[in-house]
Amino acid sequence: MPQMNMVQAINDGLRTAMRDDSRVVILGEDVGRVGGVFRVTAGLFDEFGDDRVIDTPLSENGIVGSAVGMALYGLVPIVEIQFADFIWPAYDQIVNELSKYRYRSGGEYPAKVVIRAPVGGGIRGGHYHSQHPEAAFIHVPGLKVVCPSSAYDAKGLLLASIADPDPVIFFEPKRVYRAAKGDVPSGPYTVALGSAAIVRSGRHVTVLAYGAMLYEALDAAAKASLQGVEAEVIDLRTLWPVDIQTILESVKRTGRLVVVHEAPRTCGFGAELVSLVVERAFYHLEAPPVRVTGFDTPFPYTLEMEYLPLSHRILPALLEAVKH
Amino acid sequence: MTLATLKRSDAVPPNETIVRVLRDDLTLDPENDPKLGNDEVLHLYRHMVMTRQLDERLVALQRQGRIGFHVGSLGEEGAILGSAYAMRKGDFLFPCYREFGAALMRGLELQVFVHNMFGNAKDTVLGRQMPDHYTCRRVGWGSISSPVGTQITQAVGFAWGAKIQKKDVATLAYFGDGATSSSDFHSGMNFAGVFKLPTVFFCRNNGWAISVPVERQTASRTFAEKAAAYGIPGVRVDGNDLFAVVATVQKAVERGVRGEGPTLIEAITYRMGGHSTSDDPNRYRGSEMLEPWASRDPIGRVRAYLEKHDLWDGTAEERLIAEVDASFKAAVKVAEHTPPPPLESMFEDVYARPPWHLQEQRQEVLSGPRAPNPHGS
Ligand SMILES: Cc1ncc(C[n+]2csc(CCOP(=O)(O)OP(=O)(O)O)c2C)c(N)n1
Ligand SMILES: [Mg+2]
Repeated sequence: MPQMNMVQAINDGLRTAMRDDSRVVILGEDVGRVGGVFRVTAGLFDEFGDDRVIDTPLSENGIVGSAVGMALYGLVPIVEIQFADFIWPAYDQIVNELSKYRYRSGGEYPAKVVIRAPVGGGIRGGHYHSQHPEAAFIHVPGLKVVCPSSAYDAKGLLLASIADPDPVIFFEPKRVYRAAKGDVPSGPYTVALGSAAIVRSGRHVTVLAYGAMLYEALDAAAKASLQGVEAEVIDLRTLWPVDIQTILESVKRTGRLVVVHEAPRTCGFGAELVSLVVERAFYHLEAPPVRVTGFDTPFPYTLEMEYLPLSHRILPALLEAVKH
Repeated sequence: MTLATLKRSDAVPPNETIVRVLRDDLTLDPENDPKLGNDEVLHLYRHMVMTRQLDERLVALQRQGRIGFHVGSLGEEGAILGSAYAMRKGDFLFPCYREFGAALMRGLELQVFVHNMFGNAKDTVLGRQMPDHYTCRRVGWGSISSPVGTQITQAVGFAWGAKIQKKDVATLAYFGDGATSSSDFHSGMNFAGVFKLPTVFFCRNNGWAISVPVERQTASRTFAEKAAAYGIPGVRVDGNDLFAVVATVQKAVERGVRGEGPTLIEAITYRMGGHSTSDDPNRYRGSEMLEPWASRDPIGRVRAYLEKHDLWDGTAEERLIAEVDASFKAAVKVAEHTPPPPLESMFEDVYARPPWHLQEQRQEVLSGPRAPNPHGS
């Protein structure tokens, strides 16, 4: 099986979908001849041409609005937002239009768009090339939100996102774009939306993570294990609708919950995850749930490694949880 | 390659449509001559050379891993410095991200700029932003952010605020050809037109938005003609002609100050380098595309003018470069010996005073473990 990193795997997924379905088109800034600033669309312009791999004018609002129109017509547009930090000019189109089209038209106009955007910090990107804004999209009824952590999942989840009837926001953790390598089958396969993966089993504490922070959670779990604490690490993969069953089963076994995410803590996805668990597994909990997250500040440049919820901040949370 | 076979993004545009002052024979066209004194031309020339020298050295620092990033202005120095020079002392400039040379000319100290490039404790924004994203209110300079186009409407609002309070303040918004596709460009032009605000919309048409050529930004023949739709004048100027840029912006400011409203200026220039240190332009454009522009280098043209008038020579050039080199090296040395910003600075300025939750989070960091490799990734 070919070895690929996440960039190559997503590229392969895009190529697979475009070969399979002529309705699939790509729109974005610098996605054409140059193949994207992260090279995710490399080679697709040459294979599929300017009609299907489209360098647009510099307007996220224009890109998403026209993608919605294409979808209404019957195409399957895949939008690349160069950095998730630049998605906001398109937020109106996403929140008020894309996400509500099926509902407001009584199903007459389903709008199927996949919006890909690199997210996350640790790449010396400062405020505007580091944000991880999943909460602002999970909060919007009608959107599905995905964030893979491995090359295999990235391709499989992308193909599932394209096949899914609903609009999907597909966040790509750019810190591990090249570091996350693994076997990736050629040709089509999917990883089902809405299914989390238990990537490390343990009986003392459940850790929920996704994207680049999954690796930090695994690192902390390995260190905790040396101190006799066995953490169960769950890669959520699809953030919404989240795999509630896998989460609850695990927490009912461990009785403890730690949630990790890069985004600021307040009203972050962790708040929702903790609420879900508290509502449904309250009597199984043996310790207060804990969030290890980015701080409630803009994403800093020089101090970014102190901002991120890396292993050194996750480990104490795991050890603390079992003291209860 | 002849001009006729060039695409619009490669081509030096035809003469008649654009303001030019410095002629090929090194005389100045009296029609638009800004009548700069020799000392003014020398001042501008020195700053253009300094900008280019600093660009080169900052790229080298980035390649050596000593700074994280740089976005340069190679080839655009005439447009950038000429426009800034035409703005008056109390006016405000709202930068894009490629205009550090203008900030330095307006009084941002080299050391302050270099501290920003290192994002250290002496950086006025305390390493919160990427390099080249500095702020300098006291020299009439805005605060740089990466999102394309956002400064355009803000420049309009700033001028509007001053106008409401009957203050004589004009603003200039710097932006690229790519930014003309943003909603902020439309809204800014529209508002400034309706309310007759003294804002200069200064579009650096440098041919490219990263890898996307200008043909992909607009089907208009020029960017300047977009002004017509907003009921304001649009002017094309040779952005590689320092004199023409100064004159054109001066006229736009005068017009604004007279209460006649904004002007859109399209400065035709060319991005001779990559988009930034993160970009490799060889992936999308051949070096032959640079040739027609190399012969119209904004610095070379002014130097030829100065030499013709015996105002400059090789010795003066060498001395200037040595000066820039020495002051830059000294500033880098200081910046490299300055520690990173203190941890608690991360929580300051989010609000005027940190609320309880930020006080708690600050305590959490201060009493918690340190990141193992604070500056790596
Ligand atoms: C809203 C937004 N979208 C995308 C980007 C990524 N980006 C940074 S610079 C740039 C191109 C800008 O081109 P232009 O406006 O012509 O200015 P230039 O860099 O040529 O000076 C792009 C696409 C961004 N910073 N902001
Ligand atoms: Mg440009």
